[in-house]
Amino acid sequence: MINPNKKRLRRTMMFLNAQKPSLIKDPYIYKPDSIMLDLEDAVAENQKDAARFSLYHALQEIDYRGTERVVRINGLDTPYWREDIRCAVAGGCDSIRIPKTESANDVKLVENAIDFAEKEFGRPSGSVLIIAAIESARGVMKALDICEASERLFGIALSGGDYTKDLQTHITGTGVELMGARQNMVIAARAAGVQCFDTVYTDLDNMEGFCQDVNTIHLMGFDGKSIINPRQISIVHEIFTPTQKDIIFAEKVVKEIDSKKAQGIGVFTVDGKMIDIAFYDGAKRTIDLAKASGVYKGDL
Amino acid sequence: MKIERPAMAGTLESSDCQVTVEEGEGKVELTLESAVINQFGNQIRKVTLETLHNLGIDDVRITIVDKGALDCTIKARIEGAVYRSLGQKEHLPWGGAIR
Amino acid sequence: MINAVGREIPEEILELTGKEVFHGNHYFDGYEYKKDGPNTRCVINSNGSKLVDSIHDVLVKCGIRDGMTLGFHHHFREGDYIVNMVMEEVHKMGIRDITICASSLGKAHDPIVPYIEDGTITNIQSSGVRGKIGEAISTGKLKGLAIMRSHGGRVRAIETGETRIDIAFIGTPTCDDYGNCRGIGGKSDCGVLSYAMVDGDYADKVVAITDCLVPFPNFPAHISMTKVDYVVVVDAIGDPKKIATGAAKPTTDQRKLMMAEYCTQFVVNSPYFKDGFSYQTGVGGASIASTISLAKIMKERGIRMRFGVGGLTKPMCDLLINDQVDCLLDTQDFDLSAVESVKNLKHFRISAGEYADPFNKGAVVNKLDFVILAALEVDVHFNCNVVVGSDGMITGAQGGHPDTAAGAKCSIVIAPLLQGRIPAICTDVTTVTTPGESVDVVITDYGIAINPRRQDLIEAMKDVDLPFKTIEELRDIAYSITGEPEKVQFGDRVVGIIESRDGTIMDVVREIKPFEFRED
Repeated sequence: MINPNKKRLRRTMMFLNAQKPSLIKDPYIYKPDSIMLDLEDAVAENQKDAARFSLYHALQEIDYRGTERVVRINGLDTPYWREDIRCAVAGGCDSIRIPKTESANDVKLVENAIDFAEKEFGRPSGSVLIIAAIESARGVMKALDICEASERLFGIALSGGDYTKDLQTHITGTGVELMGARQNMVIAARAAGVQCFDTVYTDLDNMEGFCQDVNTIHLMGFDGKSIINPRQISIVHEIFTPTQKDIIFAEKVVKEIDSKKAQGIGVFTVDGKMIDIAFYDGAKRTIDLAKASGVYKGDL
Repeated sequence: MKIERPAMAGTLESSDCQVTVEEGEGKVELTLESAVINQFGNQIRKVTLETLHNLGIDDVRITIVDKGALDCTIKARIEGAVYRSLGQKEHLPWGGAIR
Repeated sequence: MINAVGREIPEEILELTGKEVFHGNHYFDGYEYKKDGPNTRCVINSNGSKLVDSIHDVLVKCGIRDGMTLGFHHHFREGDYIVNMVMEEVHKMGIRDITICASSLGKAHDPIVPYIEDGTITNIQSSGVRGKIGEAISTGKLKGLAIMRSHGGRVRAIETGETRIDIAFIGTPTCDDYGNCRGIGGKSDCGVLSYAMVDGDYADKVVAITDCLVPFPNFPAHISMTKVDYVVVVDAIGDPKKIATGAAKPTTDQRKLMMAEYCTQFVVNSPYFKDGFSYQTGVGGASIASTISLAKIMKERGIRMRFGVGGLTKPMCDLLINDQVDCLLDTQDFDLSAVESVKNLKHFRISAGEYADPFNKGAVVNKLDFVILAALEVDVHFNCNVVVGSDGMITGAQGGHPDTAAGAKCSIVIAPLLQGRIPAICTDVTTVTTPGESVDVVITDYGIAINPRRQDLIEAMKDVDLPFKTIEELRDIAYSITGEPEKVQFGDRVVGIIESRDGTIMDVVREIKPFEFRED
């Protein structure tokens, strides 16, 4: 069971309160790669029930035009999460986001509930993916276990607010407090072959700080960032857009390897230099990014 | 099925609607106030009656104050109010009576 | 009879008004006529002052009587006190059957609704109405017919003598005892008096009302003493806070910013964006944002604007401060920055006639390259509605919409595809105010449609990376989200007409009736 969506492009994941009709009716116009319909923190305790009906019909009836629809369920320590999963899976969500993940077992619990719901509502087995949000020191230390806990898991995401509280510090705007977690998580994700997403940036008035933050995580190797306002989307996409130099090189790599392989040749050279087969996936990803950013005009 | 306890769901924010269900007098009785009643009054009534029918509710006084909600929101708020009235929060019939 | 935008205009309305149906924008091009003129009472005796003690006394001196037409301007916007203060006195005097001919009326004038109900006011001619007056007209409380006409159309109606103003009341921020009016200074600074200038020229009696009397001569006068019969000093002519607001903070709403960006990209990729171009925009968040981003691109590319027109706001006046435009032509000031900018030597005041009148020897709008407008609804024929709300109530004003759209080489309408559940792009607008032949481009958050009449623009944009769609596609997207809207249920009685800028009938507005569910 390999769900082709596991590797899809996810530069931006926009958070939306599943309970707010004005927010969930057409977020796709801002072209985020994913939206995250939230049943957890954004929804007041006494609206948890109402939010599910809103979520269910949004998933069923709103055409999100190819945008990935992730649902953040309530924590595994609440009475809500099992019904949240039933509702999201029945509605037709693409993925479930687990908040406050601390162990591989958390992922397995959710996986079982999804399995059950897929059967109950007649969805193909394995169609619903998982993303695990890591929000504590323990979670960060268990990142690799979490990444490897389920075939459904496409990635992990850092949730900086809760994590820094757990670390007995706070969001400083410099990123220093997040350094270790970011580094550890991106390494774990790469080791497990899954994606890694950075935390939200909450100061909407500081676009410069936001740019710096995105530049940092881009260079660190993250796949994308969580977004709280549509204004942030184009900035992330711009920073994640490959340069023309990168695109041309990637195109040559893909073409060289494809054609040589077809001829049964195992030695590849680009611009006179030997390259390794290991370049291939990275080059493919560069082309995908270039296509998504609307800057690729080639024929791949 | 009858509604026996009054319940409410939804808000008066733009694109939302607030639905109240109360004990009826043997039939479905709808009161609709909508910012878009001219354009969508008939459609809202149709969705309301269908949703109640799907839920098996045939005895209710239902009041909708609509602020331009889409059909998917109207359904969600009606279901929200009805299940609150019934006190059911789990094992909901997703894809069955809720559709 | 069906007019050029496909609207049925009832015969009895044509008879009642003596008007023709709309035949198209250029139907009257080259038309010749003799202008009307005011009855003038000469002042030869050098007796010093035109001051009169009160509104009541000035009404007596002007010979107020039943059936008269009174003129007002709307430079004080939602802060205006003049209309209410005059009409209260007219009502007290038991005068009936008054026609109000205002450049516009707003929510500030809700207090005159009882005078509509009791027959003091029986006819209204205005750019539009909002609030309770709109409700009163739409529910059939006005005895006569409301006429909605554009800013240019009002000047035309007065200059041709179709509308004769018996007494014009000109609220003026400063005035001397001999009637020299200026839009600047005083407590109620509004910058300009453009819409009132035609009243000064054509009304039989002209009354200046001020709350700031200054020593003679109040020069340079915006409206000259040579046109003013009387001057009345009152405590307050308006609420300064509502006359000119602080400059609006640039919008942070991504939807508006997105539409603004589409608009800017369209403008700069069009053939008219070159050194010396001209431009007008409104006060909506998206228009303001597009002016700001346009200024950036002008700077980058070293392109200068020759003139900007408005309805002015801070971003337009900033172009002058930053030396990106040669001059501004001003008919109205929406914020304090614009009022302040009037002092700039390259910021010129123009009259509503110079601005937009289709029946003079050529107005500024004819020289516009771009105008950026908004609309409540646009239909697949590109007809726009800016006057009648989705509930069927009159709730907006034509303003300069039809004038600028007709004049500009490239008229762009920005509207979010959905206003709540109401699709802004629809099969047929509720009421036509601006004909599709005037509208070149519609920009929404879901895509951009170019009017097929403008094959040249379609050709110019063929390699431009913007989300172009047909207008029908935009409508279909809207309907797929909201469902197909039903038409507002109107009664039979016509309560108002939408007058085209040339005086023909563009559309009629009918009395609303309470919604009834369809029988099924």
